[in-house]
Amino acid sequence: MTEKVEEVIRYDVPSPFCGIASDDLTVSIIGQKVKVLENGDAYTSPGFETPITDRAPRVNGKEVTLAVAVEHTAKLLRKSKQTVISGLATDLNGARAAMALADKGRATVDHMNSRAVFKNTLVLQNTGWMNTTLSEVKNRVDMLLIVGSDIEAGFPRFFERIIWPEDTLFDQDIESRSIIYLGKGPSGKASTSPEGKKAEVMLCDDADLPEVLSVLRALVAGRTINAQEVGGVSVTDLAQLATRLKEAKYSVVTWVASMLEFDHAEVSVQMVCEMVKDLNIKARSSGLPLGGKDGEVTVNQVAVWQSGYPMRTNFNRGYPDYDPYLSDCLRMLKDDEVDTLLWVSSFDITRKVPASKALTVVLGRSGMTFDTEPAVFIPVGTPGIDHKGRAFRADGVVSLPLRQLRDSGLPSTFDVLSAIEQAL
Amino acid sequence: MLMKLTGGRIYDPAYGINGKVRDIYVDDGWIVEAPSDGKVLQELDLRGKVVMAGAIDMHTHIGGGKVNIARTMLPEEHAADVVARTELMRSGCGHAAPSTLTAGYRYAEMGYTAGFEPAILPSNARQAHMEMHDTPIIDKGGYVMLGSDDYLLRMMAANNDQESINNYVAWTITHSQAIGVKVVNPGGINAFKFNQRKLDLDEKNSFYGVTPREILLRLARAVKELGIPHPLHVHGCNLGVPGNMNTTLDTMNGIEGLPMHMTHIQFHSYGTEGDYKFSSGAAEIAEAINRHKNITVDVGQILFGQTVTASGDSMHQHAGHAHAHPNKWVTMDIECDAGCGVLPFKYKDQSYVNALQWMIGLETFLLVEDPWRIFLTTDHPNGAPFTSYPHLIRLLMDKTFRNEVLSRLHPEAQKASRLASIDREYSLYEIAIMTRAGAAKLVGLADRGHLGVGGAADITVYTDHADREKMFSKPDYVFKDGRIVVKDGDLIDVTWGTTHVVKPDYDKSIETSLKVYFDKYLTMKMGNFKISDDEIVDDGRGSLTIQPLHKGGQI
Repeated sequence: MTEKVEEVIRYDVPSPFCGIASDDLTVSIIGQKVKVLENGDAYTSPGFETPITDRAPRVNGKEVTLAVAVEHTAKLLRKSKQTVISGLATDLNGARAAMALADKGRATVDHMNSRAVFKNTLVLQNTGWMNTTLSEVKNRVDMLLIVGSDIEAGFPRFFERIIWPEDTLFDQDIESRSIIYLGKGPSGKASTSPEGKKAEVMLCDDADLPEVLSVLRALVAGRTINAQEVGGVSVTDLAQLATRLKEAKYSVVTWVASMLEFDHAEVSVQMVCEMVKDLNIKARSSGLPLGGKDGEVTVNQVAVWQSGYPMRTNFNRGYPDYDPYLSDCLRMLKDDEVDTLLWVSSFDITRKVPASKALTVVLGRSGMTFDTEPAVFIPVGTPGIDHKGRAFRADGVVSLPLRQLRDSGLPSTFDVLSAIEQAL
Repeated sequence: MLMKLTGGRIYDPAYGINGKVRDIYVDDGWIVEAPSDGKVLQELDLRGKVVMAGAIDMHTHIGGGKVNIARTMLPEEHAADVVARTELMRSGCGHAAPSTLTAGYRYAEMGYTAGFEPAILPSNARQAHMEMHDTPIIDKGGYVMLGSDDYLLRMMAANNDQESINNYVAWTITHSQAIGVKVVNPGGINAFKFNQRKLDLDEKNSFYGVTPREILLRLARAVKELGIPHPLHVHGCNLGVPGNMNTTLDTMNGIEGLPMHMTHIQFHSYGTEGDYKFSSGAAEIAEAINRHKNITVDVGQILFGQTVTASGDSMHQHAGHAHAHPNKWVTMDIECDAGCGVLPFKYKDQSYVNALQWMIGLETFLLVEDPWRIFLTTDHPNGAPFTSYPHLIRLLMDKTFRNEVLSRLHPEAQKASRLASIDREYSLYEIAIMTRAGAAKLVGLADRGHLGVGGAADITVYTDHADREKMFSKPDYVFKDGRIVVKDGDLIDVTWGTTHVVKPDYDKSIETSLKVYFDKYLTMKMGNFKISDDEIVDDGRGSLTIQPLHKGGQI
């Protein structure tokens, strides 16, 4: 005899999956089953709806109790000479516990998205920037320049939520907003205005984008350019763009670091940020780096306030030692410098553990699969579904309270990492 | 466990006790009466020692977005002061933008038991509390920033009545879990978003037509009428601008006698006289402070060396970006709410301007007569890191030392200052007022900053060393809530302090219009904006202490 489980509807639910922390979701919960009824997207809906499969931890493929898995992990860490704690797709308290464990276990910390995140971090550490946040963009932007990024492919609700609202604070006619793609064009129609005005597109190859950006910055700074064309883009068109940027009241230049897939993209991000600074000599203009998925902003924030440094910091010598090149987890694994990898991935089951020779412990979302069974697998709850949490969104300013939607009994990353730390 | 602290020389200005020998009894975290049977479980001999309440830093940037931007920006700065893990302490980094953990340890090691973050943006309040939650030992709390938020400016442009503004202020302070209200460059951060580059006291915001003077009056009145003990905390117009002393004087006059705290007044006390068109306005400003009994100030003393300036004042941080050292800087427009600017900065003793800033700060300390209305700050880290407080205390207490340092500074600056001729030396009692009793009263902490029965047992014990820098660097003992956390200047225990807040009452109907506003214009829901009490308690380490409102408040 099965008891009928009642459906519970929750409103204004924040999403930890979409990077911009959409918090207007309506979600149905029937027992363990979660479904997004309203305002889901290609990241958020699967994020909430992934079913629970695994519940039991495994050591070398055999089901064990959580206590055994924790003790086994502590044993591996005690023997380890170079532990890396990475993945780190988690929430505030998961990040806190990871930092405490890294400090005690003399490990190195890195995030699964660091290759993208560091394209921005290195700029912040070298020259800084003038940036803005989502609500400012929503109410003020009159010209949006999108650099090298197909925004809607990564952030399906960005245009609907931020660029095409029904009302703005300053009575702007949103149809007057200019949307300009430089580099990549859009893959869909999200950037088209409600009345059908299409975005302007200035295409060039990724490989040419650094050069195109440097010419645009030079034009904004009033330099003379003798060339007629750069990377297939007409310099006259770029000069017009420069003029429009200077005339705009509140231009916003945005990019998705993970979509700038060319070497040393941080230099191009820097070019953009310095151009924004130049525009602000007379006008107002701001940068807006988009990202924030898989807890990448949250984890970097926590690492910075607890240690002074972002990801790619090692604690081998008993104090934080930051090196964005040497402590790149993927490089370390590739060069066989890691004997034990502790990988945390509590949001997205499609994210894979990087292949390596290291003994691997995974704290992962129930349902994730492995090419090679790790030494230890501990299924953990997902923040915002299985337990409460807090997560930062792309702009690094706003953080949202994540809710517990069901009682799955899965432990949180915080619980498991804290237990490992205690056992160490 | 009842403990007797025997025979210390007590400096407890809240009760007018100036260096009297007394015993103190501590039980379960609180200061208690002497037991009627005289029995104690433990006794600590403090004969010959100086005993004060734990010190309170009423203005220190210890948590929140701009502080974390500063930390991120300065890996090379941290590298000079990395802190290794010990049995007791987590690793981290110190100096200008210390890690939260190191900041807590170092405050405690100096005898400080509370620190208040002065610039909590409502939209970023959650982060500020997360960081303060990870700051050990000391109590904390903060002032929530209003005055450039579009919601308030819309209300003012629509000429809403004072009561509705009071409701909004009370709602914001409650749901961002703050203990006071701060205004930074009133309306100016907002004006910068409309590309205004300065906003003087009576200059209108180009969109709203509202002036800084009106914003200050509305907010100061709201704070008073709500019974919030901490007066409106004001970072005035024209920060760092030569000649801003006139704006500062106008601001004091313009507040119509309402309580107002003018923060880092040193940065707002500049004249335009002399060859450098930069002069000290400290005498005039101090005279005005002495005259206006409704005004309190903290100094924001600068000290020489590398630091980082982190401010909500995006307008003036942007204006000053050419001075960034090293040359990197950040400004942000934030959430139709506020903004921020972060500039690393190096104060040089051979710079005329920096040397005069140092003198202006000290002149202000020495010319303001009432120690209950002036507070010891460096506006950490903007003027200098908080770890320089013992040095600053020595400058205030030791004229010979002060003049010796002065004699090494930029010679033209020396000529432009009357500092050398000021004889005043602060007494231990006055230091205890500025850093304990006065600070607790100013922030609105009923149970802190004093050593009376019923007070929290936050106690600092010093050796009365003639070198005051040595004395205040290494207390003999620091008690936090009755536990000895520091002995002989070293940390021996780690505790987690409470978060002090006030909860002024408001009319719940304000949420009807706020909800519409959040839904239409912002990018988070009103319900998700609110920081619950549970979030402050968090993993169980945190706690919330609700401080009483003044009588006459709307509660």
